[in-house]
Amino acid sequence: MKAYDLFDLASRNLRESVLRNGLTTAGIAVGVASLLAMLSLGVGLQQLAGKRLSGSGLFDTIAVSPQRTSGRDRGGETPHDGEPRILDEAARQHIVRLPNVVDVQPEIRFLSEVRFRDRSHVVSVGGLAPSARDNEAFEKMQGTFFSSAAAREAILKNELAKQLNEGNPPAVIGQELVIRYAERRPLPPSTPADSESEDGSAAGDEDYGFTVVRREEKLRITGIIDNEPYGGMRSSSRAGVFIPTQLAEELNIMQASDVSGASRTGASGKTYASLMVRVSDPTKAQAVEDAIGKMGFRTFSILDASQGLRRFFTILDLFLGIFGSLALAVASLGIINTLVMAVLERRREIGIMKAIGASDKDVQKLFFAEAGAMGLAGGVAGVLLGHAIGAAINFGTGIYLQRHQLPPETVWAAPLWLIAAAISFAIVVSLVSGLYPARRAARLDPVQALRYE
Amino acid sequence: MENAQPFPAPLVRTINLSRQYNMGASVIRAVDNVSVEIARGEFVALLGASGSGKSTLLHLLAGLDRPTSGSIEVAGRELGQLSAQELARYRRHTVGMVFQSFNLVPSMTLEENVELPMLFAEVDRQERRTRARQALERVGLAARMRHRPSEISGGEQQRASLARALVNEPVLLLADEPTGNLDSRTGEEIMSLIREFNQTLQMTVLLVTHEAPLADRFARRVLQMGDGKLIAPQVTSVASEAAQ
Ligand SMILES: Nc1ncnc2c1ncn2[C@@H]1O[C@H](COP(=O)(O)OP(=O)(O)O)[C@@H](O)[C@H]1O
Ligand SMILES: [Mg+2]
Repeated sequence: MKAYDLFDLASRNLRESVLRNGLTTAGIAVGVASLLAMLSLGVGLQQLAGKRLSGSGLFDTIAVSPQRTSGRDRGGETPHDGEPRILDEAARQHIVRLPNVVDVQPEIRFLSEVRFRDRSHVVSVGGLAPSARDNEAFEKMQGTFFSSAAAREAILKNELAKQLNEGNPPAVIGQELVIRYAERRPLPPSTPADSESEDGSAAGDEDYGFTVVRREEKLRITGIIDNEPYGGMRSSSRAGVFIPTQLAEELNIMQASDVSGASRTGASGKTYASLMVRVSDPTKAQAVEDAIGKMGFRTFSILDASQGLRRFFTILDLFLGIFGSLALAVASLGIINTLVMAVLERRREIGIMKAIGASDKDVQKLFFAEAGAMGLAGGVAGVLLGHAIGAAINFGTGIYLQRHQLPPETVWAAPLWLIAAAISFAIVVSLVSGLYPARRAARLDPVQALRYE
Repeated sequence: MENAQPFPAPLVRTINLSRQYNMGASVIRAVDNVSVEIARGEFVALLGASGSGKSTLLHLLAGLDRPTSGSIEVAGRELGQLSAQELARYRRHTVGMVFQSFNLVPSMTLEENVELPMLFAEVDRQERRTRARQALERVGLAARMRHRPSEISGGEQQRASLARALVNEPVLLLADEPTGNLDSRTGEEIMSLIREFNQTLQMTVLLVTHEAPLADRFARRVLQMGDGKLIAPQVTSVASEAAQ
């Protein structure tokens, strides 16, 4: 029997007892809708959490710092083969070249006297990398983010903006701000040594040094933020004025770490107290962290917390899926029941079809097609119903959040793959349910069926 | 056809054909050691009391049932050796069946009922339409094509089932008491129609009936069954008689 004739015959048979088959199909639809609603809720919540987490910028970032002086806390640290190394320019370049590393930025934070309209304020200044733009702190900022990676621009914390211009803080945007800083200027290598080295091997070290020069720089204020970037989790994010990290580097603004670095053996140039390494994907953080650890540095990330979260969502999805599937399992019993009834009712018809040339396979395929058609119809109807439920969930959540003065969130999201999977699943479940009735129909003895009055 | 051959092979030949039902301890011999030949183009009537095994024999010849022992050869094929799939093909193309209770699918129109065997034979939709219409015209039901079986008389239903039986152009028509549910006048109409098929389409006919007079009037040969056995005129080659 040809496929389209089969489908024709199956659908005309289904229409023949439209109420019963309609109810069975509605059962599948409810099952699919409940499965879809549950799984979509899981997906939606996961997306929401993921958005919040990646917005926080905490899960794709690894903080790297030098090993503390060896011996003391060696036991508790992760083991690594290299000697404790100094976090200098060479190490930074090495880390930049690791796979999956997007950028490596130093933490910039220093105290400065800033001048605005001839009044001075002492504030702490923090550096922001270009990637900070994605941070949720800048989602609802007034004004704009830095126009380029090393722009002579500044973003203010709202508290400082209020200090600078009490009447109308937003009016400071576009105006000029002068920051004062200490420039770190390396000494030429041919400086005469005052003190003799006792260790000959480190002789080159003694050439290293720098002078400090007081400087000023005019910056244009581009924006004001209400919240601390990265939830205040980084030292550089607890500041009143933010400037581009690259600008701070170009201006050679001296950091506290420069002083401690200069006193250490082996440091031959600029050193860092810590570097923030951003990876392309939170899932890659562990590998990058391991690689940096092997280089002899201490690393820290909130990866463990995120792994726990992922595990939580996997288990949540599993439970939501099981509860959703339960309704579909009940629906599949409905299909079995309907088709077994149909086989009994259509005994004679099956006998006739066999007598006029239908093979066992034809009969089996016909009942199979009827099951599949109910599955398809139920799946499509279920997706529509599920969408209606999802829209209702989102609508309800929106009202609830609004009552609590919170911004609206999407907690229910049905991606295309989930819809396709739900419909396919409905068809597969229906076909499996049709297996037994179809076999029963196929094996019906036509002589008995025709004798039966 | 094969009339050119000096001794044409019979269309149907059964040898020691038996079909038994085991009912607990007792064995019911519904068909018991039947050996019979039917030549191409013959019109044979099968008479016998109720329960004598006529329907069982017909079902065996139709390939709907399998014998307990013995052989059935139709159109050169040994039915016992065919697979279930091949047997379905055989039912589709070689035999047409008509029943006492018409056995039309009640939810389908006459046209759909007549198309049904062609659906299993995988005939194109367009050709199906044409052939179904022609078959219904042949039995005088062209005007009733879109009616359902419940909307027409018994005689008309039996005509429709005849149209369905001939639509795949089988060589053998098996009719199981086709007039049993009809009044005598309508019964005769149906018998005439069957005779017409036998004569114009060279369809070989085996027709089961209660009514001896009807059998005598329409059939060229009459077989008698009793208790599963063939009685009276035993295996006789009547090929010459069959060729009009
Ligand atoms: N499935 C079966 N189980 C047991 N006995 C059967 C079965 N089918 C038919 N019979 C018996 O076989 C015999 C022949 O039946 P059947 O061929 O229908 O007779 P007829 O058509 O001549 O009236 C009857 O005695 C009937 O009871
Ligand atoms: Mg009978």
